[in-house]
Amino acid sequence: MADPKLVAELEEKAKMIRRSIVEMIGDTRRGHLGGSLSIADMVAVLYYHTMRLSPGDPNWEDRDRFLLSKGHAALAQYAALIDLGYIPQEELYKLKDLGSMTQGHPDMRKTPGIEAGTGSLGQGLSVAVGMALGLRLAGKDSKVYVIVGDGELNEGQIWEAAMAAAHFEVDNLVAFLDNNGLQATGCCAETMRTEPLSEKWAAFGWHVINIDGHDIGQILDALDEAATVRKKPVMIVAKTVKGKGVSFAENVAGYHHAEMTTEQYKQALAELA
Amino acid sequence: MADKLELRECYGQALVEAGRENERIVLVEADLRKSTMGELFRQEFPERLFEVGIAEQNMIGMAAGLALTGWTAVANSFAVFASGRAFEQIRQSVALPRLNVKIGGSSAGLTDTGDGATHQSIADLAIMRSLPNMTVLSPADGIEMKQAVKAMLELDGPVYIRVGRIAAPTLYDEDYKFELGKIVVMRPGKDVTLAATGTMVAVALEAAELLAKEGIDARVLNVHTLKPLDEEAILAAARETAGIVTVEEHNIIGGLGSAVAEVVSAAGAGSVVRVGVEDVFGQSANSYEELLAAYGLTPENVRSKARSLLQKA
Repeated sequence: MADPKLVAELEEKAKMIRRSIVEMIGDTRRGHLGGSLSIADMVAVLYYHTMRLSPGDPNWEDRDRFLLSKGHAALAQYAALIDLGYIPQEELYKLKDLGSMTQGHPDMRKTPGIEAGTGSLGQGLSVAVGMALGLRLAGKDSKVYVIVGDGELNEGQIWEAAMAAAHFEVDNLVAFLDNNGLQATGCCAETMRTEPLSEKWAAFGWHVINIDGHDIGQILDALDEAATVRKKPVMIVAKTVKGKGVSFAENVAGYHHAEMTTEQYKQALAELA
Repeated sequence: MADKLELRECYGQALVEAGRENERIVLVEADLRKSTMGELFRQEFPERLFEVGIAEQNMIGMAAGLALTGWTAVANSFAVFASGRAFEQIRQSVALPRLNVKIGGSSAGLTDTGDGATHQSIADLAIMRSLPNMTVLSPADGIEMKQAVKAMLELDGPVYIRVGRIAAPTLYDEDYKFELGKIVVMRPGKDVTLAATGTMVAVALEAAELLAKEGIDARVLNVHTLKPLDEEAILAAARETAGIVTVEEHNIIGGLGSAVAEVVSAAGAGSVVRVGVEDVFGQSANSYEELLAAYGLTPENVRSKARSLLQKA
């Protein structure tokens, strides 16, 4: 069981990430609110507890790697990168501005701390598998963490990567499945049925752990378990709520990519205070 | 030097030679390594070749991941699949982040003669040329292939290299020095220019012989680097001769002909006539020569295009 003090600290970090996501969009911009909020707890645990990082040296050779295969949720990653000093504070208010570091989707050539180019869905898991193999071949003990969306599972390349990760027995790769149940047009189950998820990943040869993706203690425990797995990639299937923490956006597909009125913006900040 | 060299063998051998000198080179293959000749590399460096099965999209993504962890990743498949099936992965995971991934497009052009239209590649140069940050190479013979592979591996960034499945006539001797981005004048000439790439350089040289017999002095250019294009040599040819006939084993849309026409027209420097596959798909044939003839990729057709260009001038 995770230390309650640590859990409380990480819960605060997750709340800070959610506030920053809301602030990035504000009441004048449009942004990927729902899917960024749903991963905030996992991002908080990875950046503030699990990953071996050196914020002052973003390209430190021995760092762990974090990839967002669902690149549109970059706001959650930007929030952590801004807080940790990879990205200057003022970028918080420049989301999608011309020349900004907070591009609509993560761009490693524009933004310190971003590890690859993702956004067009279904590609990040393959890149993560390549990274995991590259690190292993180089004799490095760094780990690769990747968050995959559930809507993204519609893409065939995800399953190519799923096969490859198991085939090459990469055990320095830990994936989270952000199972918020919604995609751009609506409900995943109606758009394209991908259930049963855990069984599919297990059948592809992955070590599967099922958790509540908003329970910091469960995220910590899952990562502890993942660290003990050998010869298999790990998929943590995290049941989440799209828009988590902002009541009007929770479980509403319309907030996949949305704007907020001034009133909604104030309400969202108040709920995350 | 042999009269002819198998281009893909030269490609595979060059990768092995590079692999001996540079232990950071890795290969990713999609169940075609015995055709791409990545197999030669596997035999010597089994731990540095990743076979991903018939999954080109994942192949490119994994190559990107390997490049991101410090490896020079070479991903090989047939040109049609490497450039087409995995285009979107090359665009986002490789070209956009400017990664050190090399893409070997094997069995390029019409050289997969028997397999027909599904396996022939007549759009790869157009596709790859359209991507920012991408370098596009199309060597003419086995000697140049080996050197182009070396140059590609020394360059830090994405490269697409076209490799035909034929024994190509050897045009260079061993002391040839490949210079990336620099057109080679294979034959000086003042009347008309034949600018060719890849396997068509040999055809252009034969066409120049035919023209010489008719008293026409044709300049022949080997455009082994489609991107970045040697604009200076193109414009000099356009200005110093009556015009340029481009020759490529590729659709006339988007490849060498288009690249040359873009440069020449922007400078108002003269005329360009394109010889290539005229916007139709290929087909199976029992011989490569028969297929080339069916699509006008012959010295005779190049000669006649050059003559008509001269008549108009």
